Amino acid sequence: MTGRVITITSGKGGVGKTTATANISAALAAMGHKVVCMDADIGLRNLDVVLGLENRIVYDLVDVVEGRCKVRQAMIRDKRLEELYLIPAAQTRDKNAVAPKDMVRICDELRQDFDYIVIDSPAGIERGFKNAIAPADEVVIITNPEVSAVRDADRIIGLVEAEQKGPAKLVVNRINTDMVERGDMLAVADVLELLAVELIGIVPDDTAVLVSTNKGAPIALEPKSKTGQAFRDIARRLTGEEVPFSTSNGNNGFLGRISKLMKSKEGRNA
Amino acid sequence: MPSLSELLGRKRSASTAKDRLRVVLIHDRSALPPGVMDALRQELIEVVARHIDVDRHAVRVEMVQEGRSATLQAEIPIKAAPKHPSSE
Repeated sequence: MTGRVITITSGKGGVGKTTATANISAALAAMGHKVVCMDADIGLRNLDVVLGLENRIVYDLVDVVEGRCKVRQAMIRDKRLEELYLIPAAQTRDKNAVAPKDMVRICDELRQDFDYIVIDSPAGIERGFKNAIAPADEVVIITNPEVSAVRDADRIIGLVEAEQKGPAKLVVNRINTDMVERGDMLAVADVLELLAVELIGIVPDDTAVLVSTNKGAPIALEPKSKTGQAFRDIARRLTGEEVPFSTSNGNNGFLGRISKLMKSKEGRNA
Repeated sequence: MPSLSELLGRKRSASTAKDRLRVVLIHDRSALPPGVMDALRQELIEVVARHIDVDRHAVRVEMVQEGRSATLQAEIPIKAAPKHPSSE
C-alpha cells in the first residue's frame, strides 16, 4: 500500500482547517478507506477535541519524533469509524520540536499501512507550516469569503508552488448564500477568479458545525446535513471522483461562471 | 451578470472587497519593494528615449495579472518618427 499524504492549510487562523481535517478524514474513512489524520499544530493541539478523542491520548507526535514510542503507539482509533486513526500533537512543546524531515520519515512509514494521511497544518508560514507540507502529495487550502483570509490564501498558494507542492486545491468555507445574493459577501466565483486555483469544495456557513464540534462528532457523518454532504463531496473529489458542485450553496449563475473560469484556466495552461 | 444592486447603481461591499483584493494581490505577488515600479518606469523611458522620441508623460508601466502569474506591461507612446531609421 502507498498512501497519499494530503495537507490541509490556510495561512490565516480560524478559517476552519481543523474542522475540515476532521471532516474530510471522517468522510474518507466512512467511504471505507484506511485513514490517519495528524495534528501538526504542536503546542496548540485541537484535532483531538474536534474528533472527540481527547480522553484517549497517551503518546503524541513529538514522542514519535523523539523516539519515546512507535508511530503505532501514538495512533488513537476513532470511536465510530474502525478505519480512522488520529496522531495528536504535543501540547507542551513548540513547533521546533519537529523538523520537516521528521514529518517525511513518519509519513513514509504511515504510507505502508494507510490509504490517506491527512495533516492538519498550523496557521502561519513558519516552521509548523513547513513541517506540515514537507511530506504532502497534495495540498488543500481552506479560505473564507473574506478579504484577509483570501489574501493569506494567495500567499500560501504561492509558497506551496515555490515548495513544488502545487498546484494547491481550494476549499471555500463558510459561504453565506443570503449575503452573497445581497452582494455583501464575495461569491465563490470571485474568490476563484482572484486566486486562480482549482476548486475542490464549497462549504456553507452553518451553525450546526459548532454543535457537532461541541459534541466531538464530525458533521460529515450526519447523512442529512448539507454541510456534511459538502465535506463528503470534498473527500470524494480527493479520491479522484468527479462530483458536480451543487448550485444551492453558490450564487446566481454560479455553475456557468465556474465552468467559464475553468475553461479559461485550461486555455492558459495549454 | 450584474446583480440587482449593481443595476440600481449601488456598489455593494462584495464588489469593493474584490476590487481591493485584486490590487493587493498583484502587489503581494510581485513582492517588489516600494519605488521599484517608479524606478523601472524612469529607466525604461531613458533607454527607449535614446533611440525613439517618446511621449514621456503618457508612459504607463504596470503589473498585469494573468492567472497566477503577473506580466510587466509597458505602454510607451511614440511622438515622432525614429531619430535613426534602421538600416537593416
